[in-house]
Amino acid sequence: MRSKAPRTGADDWTQTIRPKRHWWDLRLGELWNARELVALFVWRDFVSLYKQTILGPLWYVVQPLLTTIVFTIIFGRIAKLSTDGMPQFLFYMAGTVVWSYFSTCLTKTSQTFIANANVFGKVYFPRMAVPLSVVLSTMIGFLIQFLLFCGFVVYYMVTGTAVQPNAYALLLPVLVLLMAGLGLGFGVIVSALTTRYRDLQYLVVFGTQLAMYLTPIVYPLSSVHGKLHLLVLANPMTSIVETFRKGFLGVGDARWTMLAYTAVFTVVLLLVGSLLFNRVERTFMDTV
Amino acid sequence: MSAETVISVEAVSKKYRLGMISSGTLHEDLSRGWARLRGKPDPRMKIGGHGSGFDEAGLLWALRDVDLHAERGEVLGVIGRNGAGKSTLLKILSRVTAPSSGQVKLKGRLASLLEVGTGFHPELTGRDNIYLNGAILGMSRREVTRRFDEIVQFAEVEEFVDTPVKRYSSGMYVRLAFAVAAHIDPDILLVDEVLAVGDAAFQRKCIGRMGAVASEGRTVLVVSHNMATIDSLCTRCILIERGSVAGDGQPAAVIRQYLEAADAAVEGEASLVEHEHRLPGMSSYLTRVRLLNADGQVTSTYVQGAQIVVEIAYDASECALPLAGAGIIVTGASGARVGGFNTYMAQAPPHAVPQAGVIRFTIKGPCFAPGAFWVTVSLGTHPRNLVDKVEHALGFSVLPRDIYETGYLLTPEDGVVAFSCEVEYDPAAGLV
Repeated sequence: MRSKAPRTGADDWTQTIRPKRHWWDLRLGELWNARELVALFVWRDFVSLYKQTILGPLWYVVQPLLTTIVFTIIFGRIAKLSTDGMPQFLFYMAGTVVWSYFSTCLTKTSQTFIANANVFGKVYFPRMAVPLSVVLSTMIGFLIQFLLFCGFVVYYMVTGTAVQPNAYALLLPVLVLLMAGLGLGFGVIVSALTTRYRDLQYLVVFGTQLAMYLTPIVYPLSSVHGKLHLLVLANPMTSIVETFRKGFLGVGDARWTMLAYTAVFTVVLLLVGSLLFNRVERTFMDTV
Repeated sequence: MSAETVISVEAVSKKYRLGMISSGTLHEDLSRGWARLRGKPDPRMKIGGHGSGFDEAGLLWALRDVDLHAERGEVLGVIGRNGAGKSTLLKILSRVTAPSSGQVKLKGRLASLLEVGTGFHPELTGRDNIYLNGAILGMSRREVTRRFDEIVQFAEVEEFVDTPVKRYSSGMYVRLAFAVAAHIDPDILLVDEVLAVGDAAFQRKCIGRMGAVASEGRTVLVVSHNMATIDSLCTRCILIERGSVAGDGQPAAVIRQYLEAADAAVEGEASLVEHEHRLPGMSSYLTRVRLLNADGQVTSTYVQGAQIVVEIAYDASECALPLAGAGIIVTGASGARVGGFNTYMAQAPPHAVPQAGVIRFTIKGPCFAPGAFWVTVSLGTHPRNLVDKVEHALGFSVLPRDIYETGYLLTPEDGVVAFSCEVEYDPAAGLV
């Protein structure tokens, strides 16, 4: 054998690959170095969406519009659920826009390992770059939908409806950040688990649909009482939806304590998610 | 130049536990657990290729205590049979998967090329994909911009840079993909079999590029089944067998060692009873195909000029019509048909062969060029009526030999057969 002992000192090595690394070693520096890659992924997702369909980004507009119309008819006209005195259309649209960002983040990031198995099996880069880029590229869609929503708010204001956007609206960046964090956190946890149990993929789609009813999307928080009220309050998305409505429509249950709860929840969730993701990404290729 | 170790693989092992392989759904896990409870074999167990096996504890050792050191500027070839652990080694080095024990130390930036075009997006233009693929492979935007023209030129796609790659021909696609990878400028480059792509001219270019990378003081690690490439490109070669380093040294010597070991194995034989390449509508009359050398031993590797015997076994006693003939076709790795022979050629009509038995075809000529080849076998009841045909039933490889006795060794780029030519020089004629 020609193998010989390395002549250089151990400190000269730029990289050491070991079977396991500490569970808290998230290699955030590596992720930071991959920021250009994240940017390119975001841009790829956006551009490819443009090119593949005729309607392209118009889908961003059609989807919330149709959902809102359906909600208005079913929950507003037929079920006559309370909307805290807000125009039903605006009320449902606010909920739809917010919820669709969260649920898209969640479902898309939950497919990280499965959808990228091919690339992950061939080249290494910080895997977290993929879910991060998904959350960011989904944000573009959210912004388009948000602008649409703003257009309707302005329309209702001009036509003299009692819609009162206020200072709470300035919390929007915080809300978006929290939603992104929640979507990413849940999605990453599911993606780590789907490498072992594919069934979860279906559960996620189904689960987010059901979870919407545990969130004040088609009803205001004020209309829920008793034990159910506590259950809805425990949902970290609740404060985001309510604060969003408060800020842009003027009606909603915006409480700092609830927002703080959501923030803590998000941080813990992200931490758990990253740790789990981190564990899985090392040996993921052996399980597919 | 003083030797400096840039890759140090220390006692690396990689094992796969039974349960870790091909786990898909909760249901599968449950059925596996249930089978284990009843003491039955795992219904989902995946069996590895040659040279692999599960030990008593239900562990598959893809790599076992591998020690390996590579120095700056070396072009290290890694050879071994399918499933021997070559790809696992590459995956560990490129961090796609983690080792089970041991450690790997690297010096400098590493880029792995386990596949060309990883992450290419069909909707994006060539330009966009160069940036995207570059980023995936670890290049910064600035680096890509700096080498952009070189990449495009190397790939020969200048006019199509702003065309979506989905409109590219497969050749262009592959060229572009390789071009990006070839310009990463890593300190260590890992390459897996990608040389098997593109046309001969481009392959030559790729090999040249890898040689250039090495001469710049970078280290290249190539995994290939193409012995001619390994021989001409590498400065050192490693043989991996059953997850361990079985040979290490001069490429020619290690290749010889590999071939001798390969000769001892039963690779030159395939059962055709259920073969994935049987053409649709065919009956399973062909049962086995074997490749033999001049001494009648089963083999799958021949030195150029050696006699190749293709032996087919079949049983068509259930066939309503009498068999009339059997044939073989040899194709090159690129898919080009080299030629073939059948019993209709061997004897004048009326055509007839036994309804069951063994037929041996001894290929006396032409002399194949080095490379990989496939044998297709068939049976018919009439020259125009096939009853069974298995395409690419079995592969063999031909190794270079100094057949011209001039020291010029042919490579797969020289074609699929070796010409035998006489050259005449007539200096006076050109002056007229």
